[in-house]
Amino acid sequence: MARAHRGVRIAGAVLAAVLGTTLAGCSSTGGKQAEEGSGDKSGGRSAAGTPEWTFAMVTHSGDGDTFWDIVKTGAEKAAAKDNIKFLYARHDEGQQQAELVQSMIDQKVDGLIVTLAKPQAMKDVVGKAVKAGIPVITVNSGSADSKEFGAITHIGQDETIAGEAVGEELNKRGKKKAICVLHEQGNVGHEERCDGARSTFDGTMENLYVEGTNMPEVQSAIEAELQSDQSVDTVLTLGAPFAATAVKAKESAGSKAEINTFDLNPAVLKGLEKKELGFAVDQQPYLQGYQAVDLLWLYRYNADVLGGGRPVLTGPQIIGREDAGKLKSYIERKTR
Amino acid sequence: MSAPATAAPPAPPSPAKADERLVRRSLPRKLLGRPELGAVVGAVAVFVFFAFAADNFLEPAALGTVLYASSTIGIMAVPVALLMIGGEFDLSTGVMVTSSALVSSMFSYQMSANVWVGVGVSLVVTLAIGFFNGLMLVRTKLPSFIITLGTFLMLTGLNLGFTKLISGGVSTDAIGDMEGFESARTVFASHFRLGGVRLESTVLWWLALVVLATWILLRTRAGNWIFAAGGGADAARAVGVPVNRTKIGLYTGVAFAAWVSGQHLLFRFDAVQSGEGVGNEFLYIIAAVIGGCLMTGGYGSAIGSAIGALIFGMTSRGIVYAQWEADWFKFFLGAMLLLATLLNAWVRKRAEATK
Repeated sequence: MARAHRGVRIAGAVLAAVLGTTLAGCSSTGGKQAEEGSGDKSGGRSAAGTPEWTFAMVTHSGDGDTFWDIVKTGAEKAAAKDNIKFLYARHDEGQQQAELVQSMIDQKVDGLIVTLAKPQAMKDVVGKAVKAGIPVITVNSGSADSKEFGAITHIGQDETIAGEAVGEELNKRGKKKAICVLHEQGNVGHEERCDGARSTFDGTMENLYVEGTNMPEVQSAIEAELQSDQSVDTVLTLGAPFAATAVKAKESAGSKAEINTFDLNPAVLKGLEKKELGFAVDQQPYLQGYQAVDLLWLYRYNADVLGGGRPVLTGPQIIGREDAGKLKSYIERKTR
Repeated sequence: MSAPATAAPPAPPSPAKADERLVRRSLPRKLLGRPELGAVVGAVAVFVFFAFAADNFLEPAALGTVLYASSTIGIMAVPVALLMIGGEFDLSTGVMVTSSALVSSMFSYQMSANVWVGVGVSLVVTLAIGFFNGLMLVRTKLPSFIITLGTFLMLTGLNLGFTKLISGGVSTDAIGDMEGFESARTVFASHFRLGGVRLESTVLWWLALVVLATWILLRTRAGNWIFAAGGGADAARAVGVPVNRTKIGLYTGVAFAAWVSGQHLLFRFDAVQSGEGVGNEFLYIIAAVIGGCLMTGGYGSAIGSAIGALIFGMTSRGIVYAQWEADWFKFFLGAMLLLATLLNAWVRKRAEATK
C-alpha cells in the first residue's frame, strides 16, 4: 500500500513538472497559434437543402500522406456544404483498395469517388458499383480508364501533360541535364510524369529511383547522383516532401543544380521564396476532392455532368517565386 | 508428439497418442488445452463488437466481403503457422505471392503460351524459392529470420527489376484475352453464391488448406515431426526425426500457398503491380500468433491461424463498416495482437496447471 502511495506522488510530481515546462516554454512565433489565425470560418452548416446522401471516397493513399490529406479536406468541405455524409477509406495496395470499394458498395452509398492508380485491380469493382446504380467519379489518377470503367467524370491532372509542361519550363530556363527522382517504384503516374518531361525537354533526363518511405536513403541517393555527375543542372522531384530533401542533398554534394518539384507544401513555399527551388507544379488537390463531391451532388440533384466526356483538369499550374506569396495563407491552413 | 523419450513439450491432445492422453478428462479441460481457444474467444468478442458498432456488418453482402478479406490472409497463414510450429520464420512470404503472380503472367504473355503453362512454370519457380529458403537454412545454420530477410529483399528487387526489364513498365501486361485464362480464373478467382452470400473461391482454397494442414498435424507422422522439430530440434534428431527434411518441406509448403495466392491475384485482376506484397508477411505471422502459435515453436494449430485470419478480416472490414477513420486500423491490429497473445498465454498456463 505504502509503495502505491509513493508511486502516485511521484507521478503527480512528474506531471506538474511537465505542465510547468510547457507553460514556461511558450513560443511567440509559429506553432498552433499562428495556424488558428488563418482558419476559415464557415461553421460547416449545410446550405444545400437536399436530403442527406452518403458519398464514399476510396484512394490509393499510403499512411500519413500530406497530399491526400488536402484532397480529403476539400471533399469534406464540399460535403459539409452539400449536406453529404462523407466516408473515406484508403489503401496503397490495389487489391486492398478494391476490397474497400466493395465494402462501400455493401453499405449502399449514394455516390462513389475512387482513384485508379492501379486500374487493373479496380476494374471489376468499379464495374460492380456502376451496375449497382452508384454514380462513380474518378479523381487524380486514371484519366485513361475512367470512361471505359463507366465513371461519369474524371477530375485530375493528366500526368503526361503535366510532365510536358515541366519539360517546356525547363527549356525556358535553359537547362541541359536533369534527373527525375521517382519515389514510388511501381507507380504508373510517376513514370508518365518523367516520360512527359523527357519528351518536351531539349536536354537529357535520367530517372533515379529512390525509396520514398526512407528519407535519409532518398537524400544519399540524390547526393551520390549529383556527386558523380557535376554537369546535372536540374533535379525534378515528384512530391513536395522530397524537394526539401533534394535541396539538402544538393548542398552537401556542392552541386549547382536547380531543384524543381511537383506539388506544394509549406516547405516548398519557403523554398520558392528563398530561391532554393525554381518552380513547383501544382495540381490543386483541394480542388480534386471538393469538385468530386460537388459534381456527384450535382449529378444526384440535377443529373449534371461536367467535362463533356473528357477529363476535367485541375493542373498543371506552374508556381514560381512570384506566385508563392499569394498562396502563403492557403498553404498554411492546409488547403493548397 | 514423437516418442515419449524426447524433450519436446506435449503437443495438442489427439486421442490416438501418448499415455497421459489415456486419462479421461472433462470436456472443459480438453477445450482449455487447445491452442486456438484464446483466438476463438477473441473472434467472438470482435464479432459481437462490430455487430453493434457497424450497421451493415451482419448483412450477407458484408459477410462475403469479410470472408474474402480473411481468406486472402488465411491461405498464407496456414502454412506460416505450420512453419512456426516447426520453429522457423519466413519474412519473404508477402513478396513471394507477388513474385508468383508476376512469373505466371509474364511467362504466358512473353511466350504467347496458354495461360496454364505460365501457371505451371510459376508453381515450379515458387516452389524453388521455398526450397531455396529451406536449403539455405539447414546448410548455413543461420537463423531463418536472417535468411528469409535476405530472400525478402532479393525478391522485392527481382519483382521490380524483372517487370521493368520485360514489360517495360511497373505492372505486367493484361493477359485476360489469352487462351486458358477463363478456366484458370474459374479455379483461382471465381465466386459462387451460397444462400444469398457471395463467396469467392479463395474461401474454398482456404478451408481446404486448413483441413489438410490439420490432418497433417494431428494424424500423420509428418505432423509429429513438425511438432518435434519445433519443440527441440536436437532432441528430435536424437530420436530419429528427419529435422532438415521436415523444415525444407515446411518452406516448400509455404511456397505452395504463395503460389495459390499469387495465381488468385493474377486471375482476379488480370495484371499485377510489381511493387505489392511488401509488409503482408507480418499479417500472416500475426494471424498465426493470434491463433495460438508460439514464437519459440513446438506449439500451435492450423485452425487457430484461420481464426486469426478471420479476426483480421473482421477488423479490417469492420472499421470501414463502422465508418471510422482508416488511420486507426493499424493501432487496433497491434492492440489486438497483444491482447490475443496475452490471452493465449494465460489460457495455456491455466491449462498446464490443471493437467
